[in-house]
This record gives sequence, C-alpha cells and structure tokens, in this order.
Amino acid sequence: MSGESTYNPSNGFTKWMDSRLPILRLAHDSFIDYPTPKNLNYWWTFGGILTFCLVTQIITGIILAMHYTPHVDFAFNSVEHIMRNVNYGWLIRYIHANGASMFFLAVYIHIFRGLYYGSYKAPREVLWILGVIIYLLMMAAAFLGYVLPWGQMSLWGATVITNLFGAIPLIGENVAIWLWGGYSIDNPTLNRFFSLHYLIPFLIFGVVILHIWALHVPGNNNPVGISVKGKQDTVPFHPYYTVKDGFALTVFIILFAYFIFFAPNVLGHADNYIQANPLVTPAHIVPEWYLLPFYAILRAVPDKLGGVALMFGAILILFLLPWLDTSKVRSARYRPLFRQFYALLVLDCLLLGYLGAQPAEGIYIVLARIGTVYYFAHFLVVLPVLGIVEKPKAVPESISEPVLGAQPAE
Amino acid sequence: MMMRFGIKAGLAAAIMAVGLSAAVFTPANAAGDAKHPAEMNWQFDGLFGTYDRNALRRGFQVYKEVCASCHSLNQIAFRNLSQEGGPEFSEAEVKAIAKEYLVEDGPDDYGDMFERDALPRDKFPSPYPNENAARAANGGAYPPDLSLITKARGGGADYIHALLSGYEEAPEGVEMRAGLYYNPYMAGGKIAMPVPLLEELVEYSDGTEATVEQMSMDVTHFLNWTAEPELEQRKRMGFMVLIYLSIFAGLMFFSMRKIWADLH
Repeated sequence: MSGESTYNPSNGFTKWMDSRLPILRLAHDSFIDYPTPKNLNYWWTFGGILTFCLVTQIITGIILAMHYTPHVDFAFNSVEHIMRNVNYGWLIRYIHANGASMFFLAVYIHIFRGLYYGSYKAPREVLWILGVIIYLLMMAAAFLGYVLPWGQMSLWGATVITNLFGAIPLIGENVAIWLWGGYSIDNPTLNRFFSLHYLIPFLIFGVVILHIWALHVPGNNNPVGISVKGKQDTVPFHPYYTVKDGFALTVFIILFAYFIFFAPNVLGHADNYIQANPLVTPAHIVPEWYLLPFYAILRAVPDKLGGVALMFGAILILFLLPWLDTSKVRSARYRPLFRQFYALLVLDCLLLGYLGAQPAEGIYIVLARIGTVYYFAHFLVVLPVLGIVEKPKAVPESISEPVLGAQPAE
Repeated sequence: MMMRFGIKAGLAAAIMAVGLSAAVFTPANAAGDAKHPAEMNWQFDGLFGTYDRNALRRGFQVYKEVCASCHSLNQIAFRNLSQEGGPEFSEAEVKAIAKEYLVEDGPDDYGDMFERDALPRDKFPSPYPNENAARAANGGAYPPDLSLITKARGGGADYIHALLSGYEEAPEGVEMRAGLYYNPYMAGGKIAMPVPLLEELVEYSDGTEATVEQMSMDVTHFLNWTAEPELEQRKRMGFMVLIYLSIFAGLMFFSMRKIWADLH
C-alpha cells in the first residue's frame, strides 16, 4: 500500500506471525493507519456502507439457501415456508429482499459521487473499472435472485431478459436455449439461476478486494480533487473515518430498518406473490426499480437488437469514461459548466427510471428516446468537449489550503 | 464547513431515497382503467399497527362460510389460528375447528388412502382437487388461493375490501357475457366471481350486524393476517430496532464530534 508501513508488532505472537504471514500488518496499514485525506465528506462513507450491504446479503443469503428449494414446483412454497415456519425467517428474507434495494441505492450514490468528484480520472482508472465490474456483477446477482421466489414477475422478468439474447444475430436462438437449459424457462433454468446466484456474491467479494487494493495504491480522491501533498493533508483512517463511516452507516441502517419492518414490500411488485404461471402473462412486466433506467433505454429503441445493444452499451460506456472525460480538473467544484451537465445527467437517469416503470407507449416512448440520446451524448459528446472548452475556476494549492485565491470551495 | 456540507449531503441522500420509493410506488397501482379503491383506516396500518382479534375471528367466519366454497387457503394450517398475533383461538377451539374438516391421509398399512378428521397440524383443505376441477366448476375461471391475496394485488387490503363490496350494475354500453359480473375495481371491470357478500349472509357469533361493509372489512382483515401473520411481531420489533439505532446513531455522532474536534 502507499507509504511506509507503521505497523509495530507488540508481542511475541504478532512478531512471530509478522515474519511468516504479515496479515496483521496488512490490516493495520489498510484500515488503521491508512492515510486518508482529511476533507472527505459524507458522500465518501458509501464505500463502507456498500461493504456492509455485501456482507449482509451474503449472510442472509446463506441462511435462506438452507431453507429454500430451487424447484419450479416447490420454490414459491418454500419461500412462504421461510416466511411462516422458519424462526425469524420473515426477518431474514425481508432483510435480503430489501437489502438488494439498499445495496443499489448505496451503489448509485457511490457511483454518482465518483462522477461528481472525478474519481475515475488518473491515477484511478483501474479502480473505476473494477467498480464498473462490481456493478455489472451486482446487476447479474440481483436479476438472478429476483427469479428465485418463482413468482409471476420472476418468471416473466426472466423471460424478457433471456429473450434479449435471442436478438443476437445468427446464434441468438441457440444462446437462449443454452441459457434456459431447454426450450423455455423451466426447472433447469431455475436450478442454474440458483447456483449462479450463490456464486456471484463471492465473485463480487473478490473484485471488492481488488477494488480496495486499487484504492489504497493511489489513495482516496477527495472533494477538492487535488492529490495529497503530504502528511498535513491526511489523517489515519482509524479512528477518524471508522467513526465517521460508523455514524453514516448507522443512519443508513435506520432507513434500511424502516423498509424491513414497516414497508417490506413497497419496493417489490405485488405480482411476485402470485406463483409463476407460464400460461398467464402479467399486464405490465417491470423489473426492480434499480434496473428501470436500462429497461427504458431497451424499450426506447424500435429495433430489438438495437435496444439490446444500447442497453448494454449504457453500462459498457462507463468503462471508457476515464478517457472520454478530457478535463484535467477532477472535482466538479471547480468546473462550473460540468456541474450543470452533471445535474442534467442525474435528472436524465431519474427520468429514465420513471419511464422504465411506465407502459411503452405514446409520450413515454418519446421522452425515453430523448433521455437515451442525452445519456449517450453526455459521455460521448459533452464530456470530451467540455474538457476543451470549459474554463475551470482556480484550484487550491493543497487540501490543507482549500481557500487560497478568490474561490470559496462550495 | 465540512460538517455543514455533510448534513446537506445526508439530507439529499434521504430525499433521494424517498423519491426512489415514491417512483416505485406509482407503477404498482397503475392497473389500467380500474377505479381507485378507497383508502380504509385499518388497525394493522401504521407504526404500531396490530390486528383486531374480533375482526380476525369474524373474518375467519366469513372465509369459512362464504369464500371457502371456491377459494383455497393453501398456506394456512389450523394450528396457525391459535398463534400469537393472529385470531388467537384457544387450542381446544382450533381442534374443534379442524374436526369439522376431512382430509385425505395415507397410504395406510394396506396401501390405501383414507379420509380422517383434520388435526391442528393439517393445512386447510382446498375446495377443489385441482385447478382443472376448479375451472370446470366456475365457468372456466380459477378462484385464486387467498393466503397471500392482500400482498398479491396492487392496493392490498384497500383493493380487496373495495372489490368485495364494490359490485355495481354494468353501466350502459358495457356488454356482459354470461358468467361475468361488473365490478369497477377490477381491471377491465369484468370479474367472474358472482357478488360474494349479501346482507346478513352470515350470523356473527359475537352479535355484530353482518352488513356487506362489515363482512368485507372483516374478511379483508382476516386475509391480511393470512398474508402477513408476522405483522404484529414485525412492527413491535421494528419499533425497538429504530429506538436502538437512533440512540446508537446519537452516540456515534457525538463520538465523531469528539474525535474530530481534536484535529485542530
């Protein structure tokens, strides 16, 4: 990690351990004495919150898997068995189901924080790319998990998504059959989805370790977006950020608990309490809220293959972001024009999310097309051009002297 | 300065979260042209919501004497009726209720299936042996299982109550096929279930007057319990959790202030 290690093994055992497997040194340097910019605001607490979300999902998921039956005839009833007969099963399941939503809420805040403060720019490109990979894996895990209760939205959501692969020219149909393990979504599909749903969180865990590693080499970005110049700019991670992250996490859990205990089904769809029935199509097939913007993009394009390409493109474009943004200034605080376009992007994503929940007709389609065009234009046109035409405000000399010059920092 | 920005940030995050949940709320109710159900004042709503035992028992009576002739209640066992947070019948009462039903058991030592009186551990038997039989007896329509019905319909308990008590004469120009009935709360306005509740259809053992409104409130109350039997325990626990977390958040906040104050 960056900087010299300050770890001092204090007793015989830790000295013995340190010369064999310096894991305590690693932990010390990563989470205790790790030098962290002293000006991080609350938007920076979502990394810790996301780690909490991942661990929560894994623990509750392991317990759910002990009681769940991945079979088309039993899956729905086994979930009800968890809700009714397993001790505190309703609690475990509501934590897991709402935990997915909380995970995405936190990851969206985390991503938009990175977009605002330019956390994807050099030297943090790899850190950013690993983050996008985690986000992709999260979407896969969430989609697979939503199929498992085998309600109507599980089956029909899975039908819509797997049919997307059928849009691939020439091999599409065979790819879909291969994914299903048959000629339609059936028991083999449910079985493999369960297997993969159990696998992916551990893949995420692995990439999270890489993500933290790639964070700790260049160190954190910060609200002013300029690099750490020396010791006066940083504080040790513990206790300064353990306590700050801890406070933010507790507030986050209050919101989480509100959903679990008082509105556990608000974020879900009523149709998923109806057992899956291949003969009855729901009036509106909608994905979970966190996938709605992509669903809107998919349906905005009149051509199926084009819709699929743009939907995946909307995520893949994030991989190129470090090179599409040509501005050398990281933080939006010093980029007056960028800030306006950034606000537009946030509104655009919220609009697309809203449109994804509406029927694909009339004005909704028109708006979704406008929203889609802006989404791509933001990354492909606005960001490259802004870096050239925008005149940034004066950037402070260092983190410790953020108000040097005429510009107040916020 | 940092603290100020932080609070602003937290507020923005909270607003974003509420906005998100509101955005998700909208599509669930957007079931086309159906009339919006009236919002009822349920005792199980809200932070401290509980079930009304008497309403649950009356509602059970309505289910048993009216709904059960066509609708199953697959997820519910007789023993659930005596569980805490439900109608809370005594165990003796539950035994007596179960005894009114016959269930198939077996095979016995000779390999034959046989019928016996139901026991508290048995689930409510379905009125039809299978879906085909149910459809054949109901003009092609399948009366859905009611265990989860208030969770399985947008609008929840309000919708079920409105549907049960909201039958009307078909407006002019709406053509009704035989076997379909007009109900403005149903998407499309046409429902295969005949008017289920008529004045004084059941005789409540607690002397309550069995109006259509009363019965539909009671049976919806009961069905909300079958869908969410954990509701009382959940809300009680949730309240304690929120208190605990609020105190803990306060402690964390002041610890943070103390630790960060030392910096300058």
